[in-house]
Amino acid sequence: MKQDNCTKEILDKVRQICAEHRNDSGELITVLHQAQHLLGYLPREIQEVVAECLRIPVASVYGVVTFYSFFTMTPKGKFPISVCMGTACYVRGSEKILNEIQRQLGIKVGETTEDGLFSLDCLRCVGACGLAPVVTIDGKVFGRLTTDKVAGILDEYRKQA
Amino acid sequence: MALPIIASFPELAEMQKKCAADFALRELSNRPEGVTAEEIKNLHNDGFEQYVLVCGGTGCHASNSAEILKNFEVAIEKHGLNKKVKIVRTGCFGFCEQGPIVKILPDNTFYVHVTPEDVEEIVASHLESGNKVERLLYVLPTTGEHMPDSKHMPFYKKQVRIALRNCGFIDPENINDYFARRGYEALAKVLQMKPEDVIQTIIEAGLRGRGGGGFPTGQKWKITREVQNDTKYVVCNADEGDPGAFMDRSILEGDPFSIIEAMSINGYCTGANHGLIYIRAEYPLAIHRLEIAIAQARECHLLGNNILGTNFSFDIELRYGAGAFVCGEETALIRSMEGHRGEPYVKPPFPSVRGYKGYPTNVNNVETFANIPPIILNGAKWFASIGTEKSHGTKVFALAGKVNNVGLIEVPMGTTLRQVIFEIGGGIKGGKKFKAVQTGGPSGGCLCEKHLDIPIDYDNLIAAGSMMGSGGMIVMDEDNCMVAVAKFYLDFTVEESCGKCAPCRIGNKRLYELLDKITKGCATMEDLENLENLAKVIKDTALCGLGQTSPNPVLSTLLNFRDEYIAHVVDHRCPAHQCTSLVRYSIDPAKCKGCTACARNCPVNAISGTVKNPHTIDPAVCIRCGSCVSRCKFGAITVE
Repeated sequence: MKQDNCTKEILDKVRQICAEHRNDSGELITVLHQAQHLLGYLPREIQEVVAECLRIPVASVYGVVTFYSFFTMTPKGKFPISVCMGTACYVRGSEKILNEIQRQLGIKVGETTEDGLFSLDCLRCVGACGLAPVVTIDGKVFGRLTTDKVAGILDEYRKQA
Repeated sequence: MALPIIASFPELAEMQKKCAADFALRELSNRPEGVTAEEIKNLHNDGFEQYVLVCGGTGCHASNSAEILKNFEVAIEKHGLNKKVKIVRTGCFGFCEQGPIVKILPDNTFYVHVTPEDVEEIVASHLESGNKVERLLYVLPTTGEHMPDSKHMPFYKKQVRIALRNCGFIDPENINDYFARRGYEALAKVLQMKPEDVIQTIIEAGLRGRGGGGFPTGQKWKITREVQNDTKYVVCNADEGDPGAFMDRSILEGDPFSIIEAMSINGYCTGANHGLIYIRAEYPLAIHRLEIAIAQARECHLLGNNILGTNFSFDIELRYGAGAFVCGEETALIRSMEGHRGEPYVKPPFPSVRGYKGYPTNVNNVETFANIPPIILNGAKWFASIGTEKSHGTKVFALAGKVNNVGLIEVPMGTTLRQVIFEIGGGIKGGKKFKAVQTGGPSGGCLCEKHLDIPIDYDNLIAAGSMMGSGGMIVMDEDNCMVAVAKFYLDFTVEESCGKCAPCRIGNKRLYELLDKITKGCATMEDLENLENLAKVIKDTALCGLGQTSPNPVLSTLLNFRDEYIAHVVDHRCPAHQCTSLVRYSIDPAKCKGCTACARNCPVNAISGTVKNPHTIDPAVCIRCGSCVSRCKFGAITVE
């Protein structure tokens, strides 16, 4: 999926976010949280602007971005899918659900489908352990999932697209 | 909502009295003998006769409790009940398995699995005519009996709620509800005491850190107090990273004010004026509620300068985590708050001496803080009387996995695992056999049948080869392979290792590879020996708490389930039929009726056969997903 929306306008907003935090390097993680909100990911250009504003090396910014799983450098799909791999979901079979979604979409964890519709990630516990196994798609929670329900749910989203 | 400005002790007392009146019916409903109609009439609560409490925790929220709430508002208006019935959106009730949950007061009716469509019936039948909606009541799985109220449910009977005292009872977005439950009375009391005396109370209460380590909380406060520095920080560790644990999140979502009050108390005792809450960005609802709570506390002047007319000033800011398990370790958490990669550093100096930006920093966990106001109000003796000799008070556990009653529970220390799993938890799902219980998350271990009767406390769990941890408790049954479970945790640790020290970065990766070999059936007994040795070396040499405890899942499963490891290595067999490389699906031709259900549902077309004739599975194509087993009505498919 080609996504080149890192415009001058976006970068100006990033500068503004940094300024709101007094260009204080101690606020790096807060700045990155807000910057990631703009596009849903943190491309190199944004990281360079953050580094420049906070007067720290780009390597430090990159180091932080890659350290924390919440930050990503790849654009997400239109409907991001997260499979909960918390222990409660794991013991109730989330691995099988994950395999089925990978098989259906033909992508691996961390990838986005060719058509840009779905991206697939794992996360550790959404805290809805009573509904295990749990998958979230575009923020909506699907609980007590079984492998045979996967195809139908994905089709619903394809229809919406 | 215009909030009062509370500038002095008398004003707080006045506010508490006012809110308590509005709360009287809710409090009365807690009494074992219930409430009489006469009593309801005499209450000064603006004429409300019934309360509808709708769970607004993450679990129930995920299954549409927001719409349920909206439908109640509409239906109550429609039936003209808005002067008599008050709707409250509360935090988590704890019984997440049965969500979404709606509780009606004063009769404590506990409706489970409520859908937005059920609301009209509840309003028309129960609220208007007094007839409970039978089909929505909780059914006791053992007897099939409908439980009319929550007081008699086994899930709640054994629980003692201190940290969760307000969860599922107050509106977490309304500080008035908190006032009604003696909110801020503890801070008021503390501000009239000497800090040393308050710390002494906490020491005498014997409260130990609920985040996992179990360090005496009062001692930590004392150390922070004794360090001379004009700037000090209080940090609340809400980076709950243990997968499958949601204690802290539920407290923050259900009772955020108690954390703010406790942090203020800590600030007064240690001489800190700045509070920071480090919270996971994955908890949007908890963040939202904390933001509201902080804003309301500021508006009431319970955060800011000269709190309650004293010289004490204190304020709180939020800091967001970004998904790194290691940041639950206090030194890594401090690095992360400073804007760096969350890599731990060697202690000492402890954060209490040199922490955030080099200043003395008192770091406590959410649940630890939640225990502070009740200790101040009820005294050290009261708290010390609950629990075991060396572990006082209660512990909150997130009970999950293969257990009937998944949910959040709080029990006195010393309760046995058997009571938790079989009485409160209602036993194993689907009548299967109990195999193991995992406590302490990725740092803990798996305990088995023989440990079921040990009383839960910090020391007993460590002696049994696990640990208390933050409170995750995952139950496993005969279908869970313990080698695969150990591998699951190691996969987690490998991913979450910060990479700073070699034992954790390299050692755990090798551990994972060995476990992978075992689950694929190509390991030798020598590998098993290497696995154990390497695990011990990592335990002894890693830098931080995460690294040192990361081999625990391996060591404890080796200790308690060695026969399963040996079955994988020697017999190339997975006794739980979970390790896909070692299982084989086949169809028993004598039982197969040729209904074709399995073949039609096989995702990879591995099953062939004609109608009314026995089918066969091609093992080379089969991906061992198990969907054929769930489809076969004749039990013809065997797994070996």
